[in-house]
Amino acid sequence: MTPQVTLPIYDDLLKDFSKLEMKAEHEQIRQKRRNALEVFKRTGFPTRKHEDWKYTAVTPYLQANFRTNGSVPIAPVAVDYLKLAAIPGLDCYRVVTVNGVLQPTEVALPSNVKIRSMAEAQEDAGLLKHFGSVSVLDKAPFAALNTALFAHGFFLEMDANTSLDKPIHLVQVLSSDAHAFVQPRNLVVIHAGANATLIESVVSTPGTKVFVNSVTEVVLKENAQLQHYVLQMAEKETQLIQQNDVSQSMHSLYSNYTFSLPGSSLIRNNLNVALDAQQTETHLYGLYLGTGNQLIDNHSLVDHKMPHCNSNEMYKGVLMDRATGVFNGKVFVQQDAQKTNAFQQNNNLLLSDEATINSKPQLEIFADDVKCSHGSTVGQLSKESMFYLQSRGISEQSARAMLVNAFAFDVTEKIGIPQLEKFINHKITAHIPALN
Amino acid sequence: MLSIKNLQAQVEDKQILKGLNLTINPGEVHAIMGPNGSGKSSLASVLAGRDAYEVTGGEVEFYGKDLLELSPEDRAREGLFLAFQYPVEIPGVSNINFLKTAMNEIRAYKGLEPLDAKSFLKLSKEKQQLVEFDAKLVNRCLNEGFSGGEKKRNEIFQLAMLEPRLAILDETDSGLDIDALRIVANGVNALRSKDNAFVVITHYQRLLDYIVPDFVHVLFDGKIIKSGTKVLALELEEKGYDWLKESVHAPIV
Ligand SMILES: Nc1ncnc2c1ncn2[C@@H]1O[C@H](COP(=O)(O)OP(=O)(O)OP(=O)(O)O)[C@@H](O)[C@H]1O
Ligand SMILES: [Mg+2]
Repeated sequence: MTPQVTLPIYDDLLKDFSKLEMKAEHEQIRQKRRNALEVFKRTGFPTRKHEDWKYTAVTPYLQANFRTNGSVPIAPVAVDYLKLAAIPGLDCYRVVTVNGVLQPTEVALPSNVKIRSMAEAQEDAGLLKHFGSVSVLDKAPFAALNTALFAHGFFLEMDANTSLDKPIHLVQVLSSDAHAFVQPRNLVVIHAGANATLIESVVSTPGTKVFVNSVTEVVLKENAQLQHYVLQMAEKETQLIQQNDVSQSMHSLYSNYTFSLPGSSLIRNNLNVALDAQQTETHLYGLYLGTGNQLIDNHSLVDHKMPHCNSNEMYKGVLMDRATGVFNGKVFVQQDAQKTNAFQQNNNLLLSDEATINSKPQLEIFADDVKCSHGSTVGQLSKESMFYLQSRGISEQSARAMLVNAFAFDVTEKIGIPQLEKFINHKITAHIPALN
Repeated sequence: MLSIKNLQAQVEDKQILKGLNLTINPGEVHAIMGPNGSGKSSLASVLAGRDAYEVTGGEVEFYGKDLLELSPEDRAREGLFLAFQYPVEIPGVSNINFLKTAMNEIRAYKGLEPLDAKSFLKLSKEKQQLVEFDAKLVNRCLNEGFSGGEKKRNEIFQLAMLEPRLAILDETDSGLDIDALRIVANGVNALRSKDNAFVVITHYQRLLDYIVPDFVHVLFDGKIIKSGTKVLALELEEKGYDWLKESVHAPIV
């Protein structure tokens, strides 16, 4: 017997699935749901016995009686979510979702970018072509569960050879007083030669108890570029399992910046990038700040399948209190992927004796003409540096904040949007603990 | 302004300062010399509040306050400045932002408003000129990749900006070329006034030709074993320390 059986949510989800079967839906999507459910049923919710979940126990967060699918509140919340997510001074096109449900946009988007709800776009040829084509479900029980049972989410498409004058800010509000299990499914297609900047902010209204299991598939066509920022700043009683699966075509450029800030008790990011064509470029930057009892787990996979691709990954972690960080970064260089440049680095700063980090860079190379490097460090604030700053009249608190900002600098300086860089630096400063 | 009485300190259970006495008045320049490992930098560290050092006896009064009770930052805010023998490199912290933060925290302690950006810039330009500090270095990260001499000059630039009441220069002359030595010394002389004081730790008489001390002390084995005027420095240059060491050990024999 698997332990799942004792989780009421497991049965509820299976019941939801039979209800879904009665709803009208495109046959292609329905078939993908059915297949995915079989995959999920094989493993169920992962436990720490699963290699990929060794340090991250999810079942403790799945004990409650959850509202699922149809019973999750979808109405806009009576809270000024602009305030929750606002990045001061940043001009952008704002789109809001509440528990995954796309809200009517206040200001119309330019005609070269389309955002529709998944339901609205379900007959769209582009959606049908790409939906479920990027995510690999085999060893991804949560992604399988999402594919089987997703509700809501958006389909974003950017027209070929076009760009936008400002970023799209996607504000994802989580809101529910009662425990809710939310599974949005998103698809982003950047057509050939197009260039877009997408900022996703995950926030929550006060007291919200939501467990999110989201999947976003991103397709970059030839010469397409996407600067993809993810800001996780929801509150304590939320849990985020966010899978982001990317497929890159020839000459495309994908840059992902993931900022996991204090809040959500559990964050698990699965970021998978498939380099499906030659001459691609990929940058993955991450910064995680853990406080309290937070667990922040970043799993990434960069799969070099073709020659002449460059990938660069830099994750930095700052862990305070009793927070735990997990970094597992896989870089695969397949046999055909000659002339690959792959770089990966994970640096961590522990600001408390009770904080922990499990860092595991994994480089697997099957080609011979490649340049690859990886590394991982764990350290504390340098006493020498602290003393130097303090000896100039700077308080211990400010000195720590300066050094933590300096530690994060390799990542924050890569943020291509000055207002956002400032915003992140403020967030860092705000979360540096007072004197021990 | 500063009165050190019978100061004893240890680091990692090793006694380094063994009953040190020193009094410094406003307007004075004191030179401290002594062999390697005698405790000169340790004295500077204890005064600045480095927490690796444990004070095991004695007292230090700075303008009527118990210096040893103050945090390192409060010592700086009270007007104590240490130019480090080995300044650290701090990548990712900009030199100028660091100085602005330091200056404004010191001002806040004194109940003063922060300097506005324009006045700060003006002051920084003035002081850069005074100590002939390269403007390019001002905007780099704190000491990152600076040459040995550039680091020392940055210490003096910070000293000029923060205008402490008591500055301790720990071997600021080592690593400086001859021109830089003169520039740094001229800078220090320009900053001297009847209200502030300097403690100059050095191995070489040469610096004392430029910064002329009122007193010269010899620190040996954690104690000041001889004090005199600038003539003492000349004597040391000529004879070394052995004749003094003998006099210390003499009573034991
Ligand atoms: N952290 C430490 N642990 C152990 N011993 C230490 C430590 N720091 C200093 N010491 C010892 O204390 C003694 C005094 O060192 P200090 O740096 O004060 O000497 P100094 O007079 O400044 O020498 P120099 O002229 O070489 O700069 C030395 O024997 C040194 O090895
Ligand atoms: Mg020394």
